[in-house]
Amino acid sequence: MVDLKQRPVARKAAGRTPPERPRLRDRVSRVEVRWSPYLFIAPFFVIFAVFGLFPLVYTAWVSLHDWDITGAGAFVGLDNYVTLFADPDFWNSVYNTVGMLVLATVPQLLMALVLASLLNQRLRAVTFFRMGVLLPIVTSVAAVGIVFSQIFDRDAGMVNGLLGLVNVDAVDWRADKWSSWTAISTMVNWRWTGYNSLIYLAAMQAIPRDLYEAATVDGAGKIRQFWSITVPNIRPAIVFTVVMSTIAGMQLFTEPLIFGQGSFAISGGSLRQFQTVSMYMFEKAFRDFDYGYGSAVAWMIFLLITLLGVVNFLITRRSR
Amino acid sequence: MGVRPGRALLATTLLGSLVAMSACGGGAAGSASGDVTLIVKTFSQFGYDELYEEYEASHPGIKIKEENIGKLGDYTPKLQQWLATGKGAGDVVAIEEGILSQFMAKPDQFVNLLDHGAEELSGNFLPWKWQQASTPDGSKVVGLGTDVGAQGMCYRKDLFEAAGLPTDREAVGALWPTWDKYLETGKLFKSRRPDIGFYDSTGSVYLNMLMQSGDHTYYDASNKLVIDSNTAVRTTWNASIDMVKAGLSANIEQWSPQWNAGFKNGTFATIPCPSWMLGTIEKQAGPENKGKWDVTRVPGDGAVRGGSFLAVPTQSTHQKEAAELAKFLTSAKGQTAAFKAKNNFPSSPQAIDDPAVRDFKNPYFNDAPVGKIFGDSVKALKPVYLGPDNNAIGDRVGNALLAVEQGKLQPDEAWAKAVDDAKRLTK
Repeated sequence: MVDLKQRPVARKAAGRTPPERPRLRDRVSRVEVRWSPYLFIAPFFVIFAVFGLFPLVYTAWVSLHDWDITGAGAFVGLDNYVTLFADPDFWNSVYNTVGMLVLATVPQLLMALVLASLLNQRLRAVTFFRMGVLLPIVTSVAAVGIVFSQIFDRDAGMVNGLLGLVNVDAVDWRADKWSSWTAISTMVNWRWTGYNSLIYLAAMQAIPRDLYEAATVDGAGKIRQFWSITVPNIRPAIVFTVVMSTIAGMQLFTEPLIFGQGSFAISGGSLRQFQTVSMYMFEKAFRDFDYGYGSAVAWMIFLLITLLGVVNFLITRRSR
Repeated sequence: MGVRPGRALLATTLLGSLVAMSACGGGAAGSASGDVTLIVKTFSQFGYDELYEEYEASHPGIKIKEENIGKLGDYTPKLQQWLATGKGAGDVVAIEEGILSQFMAKPDQFVNLLDHGAEELSGNFLPWKWQQASTPDGSKVVGLGTDVGAQGMCYRKDLFEAAGLPTDREAVGALWPTWDKYLETGKLFKSRRPDIGFYDSTGSVYLNMLMQSGDHTYYDASNKLVIDSNTAVRTTWNASIDMVKAGLSANIEQWSPQWNAGFKNGTFATIPCPSWMLGTIEKQAGPENKGKWDVTRVPGDGAVRGGSFLAVPTQSTHQKEAAELAKFLTSAKGQTAAFKAKNNFPSSPQAIDDPAVRDFKNPYFNDAPVGKIFGDSVKALKPVYLGPDNNAIGDRVGNALLAVEQGKLQPDEAWAKAVDDAKRLTK
């Protein structure tokens, strides 16, 4: 950076007198100044290239082929994508994924907001509660899936047991879209609400106290303070959690897979009631061994996430 | 939210490469000292431990290492990765019959066992088992048969008694010479014990009937999809729907936690059981239920479900030694030992007639003569041609049946959906 400013001076000097042979040490140090920043950030890009970029490009390459269990087949151009666009199972899985995304993200972030503002009060044992909300995220996702699958079991599940107490008929949770989505979203919400509320809490603690004091003097109640001071002040944190939840929600996989049953659980229910796009990708690639088609689905997930990211960005920019 | 599949995949890949590296390490160390280490890849339980010891003892310089993956569903994608990348498949791989039919389309990833003297062994296997792993022109043999999923019918004695039905296995077998009679027995059972399912789920009963209904199912011998023109499939479907309508099903999907618990709790009274399922039942029902489950003949004329092969991938660096080991493990003697260890029913006629198999009684199932029951079932069987996407189509038909059980589709709608799904899959 310093170098840049000095360059014009050096050039002028060079114009008047015959150029001096730059000494080796100077040259080395110039090279060092110039290139060492790149070297310092290189590890990220090297790892990204190997584990991020290469799979991405290679997947695109595979998706242009008729690639089956015995290896690379014929180059088929965009055939896989053409089939995909007319594939009702694919669109069904997109619908399911977006549905569960809404069902999991909206209540989750609202609950996290409320929870964070409660944790931001003066409480007894506040550290205990703050760490407590983080516990679900430490739990293994497979364990969560197994336990909640039992809770939402048709014959012996706790939820149906409680419904029975108030004379509601037992629900076959895996048989309908609404019921399976509810069960799966519950798992996601249970696991991630605490995590998001801690992010909100951190943002809330950065809000100057005098804002609240002034509002109290002006006669604003707690709820009014929450919506008019807290929420606007933690907007960046909210944007962050919305974007992260969207990305993760589009890749929802383990919870619905464990919730599904039997040897064909990857289909997400008898009529694919809760099959997500990631599950459909896995089914196509690793169950039907249609790698080309599976790769095309993978690329569509990537594009969908990008699309949702752009939409998120536009919405948040407009509301700024 | 949740584990990102990308990461899970990455972790699996890393783990896989670690395993591969350690496998290579073992091989290299072995060859340095003049030893050959053969890696055998299996899924589920093949029951080979004693055979390995015996083989190592009689073949100095050969070490055997088995690398096992519990579930077939986890094993198959790995196997595919090993074959696609040309690394990690080891020297001998186990292949399930449903997957084998996909590999048979392009068998060049496996060593031709005819080059290693397999020709003279053809008499050691049931003819259709030998055929399954041979190319149509018979010029190449990809795998040697291990077990076959010989079918029996498992039933809960105490539930039969409570419903006033006979409990003796001969008498129970006599209740259902055909599947129609099985349906009638089920109706009788349900009229007396309406709270208990007669069987676990319709999918497995359907599969059994289908495997008895002709020489081909969803595909004809030229690999053309015939799911809607093969009347045997539709007839079997209709028979299954009759059972659903009669309310015989407990609507519990196989391999689910509820299914596992069902063996213990007695939520269903019968289940068509391939020989390898006896181990599952014993494990899930537990020692406290010993003697409550029994085995008898399956309705109709014999049936099989599942069964595997051993093959040598071309990437093996010890193909000759590996082929010898595969021949040993699949010999009549090897199959008999595997049967004794893990109930994997032999595909070798000599092993089936071996007194050790023929007279074998399973103590957990009231000393049921399983060797005889399964042996009769296998011998009555006519081979069924499966075709490339057989398993995937079977999954879809199973889902359609499940949707009928759940009351989400009418039988005709479900059938139309199954046919449509199969056509889209194979397009």
